Amino acid sequence: MNERRPDRRQKIRVLVAKPGLDGHDRGAKVVARALRDAGMEVIYTGLRQTPEMIAEAALQEDVDVVGLSVLSGAHMALLPRIVELLHGNDMDDVLVIAGGIIPDEDIAPLEQAGVHGVFGPGTSTDEIVKFIQDHVRN
Amino acid sequence: MGLVEAVLSGDRRAMARLITRIENDAAGAHADLAQLYAHTGRAHIVGVTGAPGAGKSTLVNELAKAYRADSRRVGVLAVDPTSPFSGGAVLGDRIRMRDLSGDSGVFIRSMATRGSLGGLARATASAIKVLDAAGFDVIMVETVGAGQSEVEIAQTAHTVVVVEATGMGDDVQAIKAGLLEIADVFAVNKADRPGADHTVAALEMLLDLSHAVPSPAEERPSRLLEIIRGHHKPSPSAKHPPLPDEASAERISPFPGREACPAVVGARDQGVRSTWRPPVIKTIAEGGDGILDLARDIADHRRYVEDTGEMVRRNQVHLVNELERILRDGLMDRLLSQIDQASLASLMAQVATRELDPYAAAHQLLAGSQ
Repeated sequence: MNERRPDRRQKIRVLVAKPGLDGHDRGAKVVARALRDAGMEVIYTGLRQTPEMIAEAALQEDVDVVGLSVLSGAHMALLPRIVELLHGNDMDDVLVIAGGIIPDEDIAPLEQAGVHGVFGPGTSTDEIVKFIQDHVRN
Repeated sequence: MGLVEAVLSGDRRAMARLITRIENDAAGAHADLAQLYAHTGRAHIVGVTGAPGAGKSTLVNELAKAYRADSRRVGVLAVDPTSPFSGGAVLGDRIRMRDLSGDSGVFIRSMATRGSLGGLARATASAIKVLDAAGFDVIMVETVGAGQSEVEIAQTAHTVVVVEATGMGDDVQAIKAGLLEIADVFAVNKADRPGADHTVAALEMLLDLSHAVPSPAEERPSRLLEIIRGHHKPSPSAKHPPLPDEASAERISPFPGREACPAVVGARDQGVRSTWRPPVIKTIAEGGDGILDLARDIADHRRYVEDTGEMVRRNQVHLVNELERILRDGLMDRLLSQIDQASLASLMAQVATRELDPYAAAHQLLAGSQ
């Protein structure tokens, strides 16, 4: 009975996480709020997460997108490790995006490592919403 | 391996996937649940409810650690509200549950209410079955930050923990109906704040009163439950019984969906006097004080419901309510599929301009769908 309900759409689920040691999450919260206002379900995990914690949360929450914010400068170590763990969990179809303080010259290597989009300071939240909507399987 | 087999073997990715499919009403999700159903009914389902900020998530985190120390596998379903405006949600309960990360004996899933009003998501009951079938011993269900009447958890859990933060409300809050009536165990949290003893005393007084007064036999039982127990016979001659008019609407609502909670019948159900007096435990979740006492009382309550047969009654009530909810959704879907948009729009326009009242409009829609 009622296996399909055309009026109930699939929601985009996004994990917003802060890997590493920086203690500031204003930007991550602004993004979480913007994604919520765009109709997405945002799982916010808080500060100081290890790559393992983030990959496990992404798996349990079955998210479509993992959004990572790093301000500490450790992005070249943390982000590829998270992508690796996600893939190890058979989650290679997850969209991985990053924000925070990431120098331009690091963007290409990060993309090489499997980060799909990097959004620096000054990015409008609309841009992030649109990127997710355009890239998530539906 | 199919999704169902994978869930039964404890595959975490499969559990997560299946819960998503249930939340989205994906094709085949009901069939998967049907296969899991025979493997459910083993877990102890513990509801944790209370006002926003009372400390529910922190308490769940601490309880889960206590259960893990006892080698029990713990599933957590944490519900947060969906925005009625955007349909989105920020689910933040994991922030307080970071201690549980990395333990393969714990599975945490955040759920958005997606329009449900009773404090849980529509898919919560099914998500419980997934975790139950996957072999978790204890499943904690954390409701949305509840007000006074988000009591759906009473129809879902075996044991309900109501978390009161110290210093919230006065004595009158404690004698109002609703949330406080569904507690099997009270946790007075943030007990290091001034006023904790006063809050405990107010709750104990409430409990003294409720034991002095005979409980009402049937408050607002499920209509299905009434029929099953033979209290109410459906009239076989009337295939489509007339809608009650407004005067009698208070007794039987033509739209049971309007009531957040048609049947809160736990211990008070069937007029059986419960001999369980909800214990009141002081806790400081931040720091873990009182958690072992709380876990002990939750376990005591489980033994109590099992030994007295209350467990069987609660399970029956849960399942009947679930069936009723599914039937209601199904009937609504069927009705909507038979109504054309133009006549619905025109009826609504008449209601909006006060030419037609909502009952008459409903009569017409129901008559037209036969």
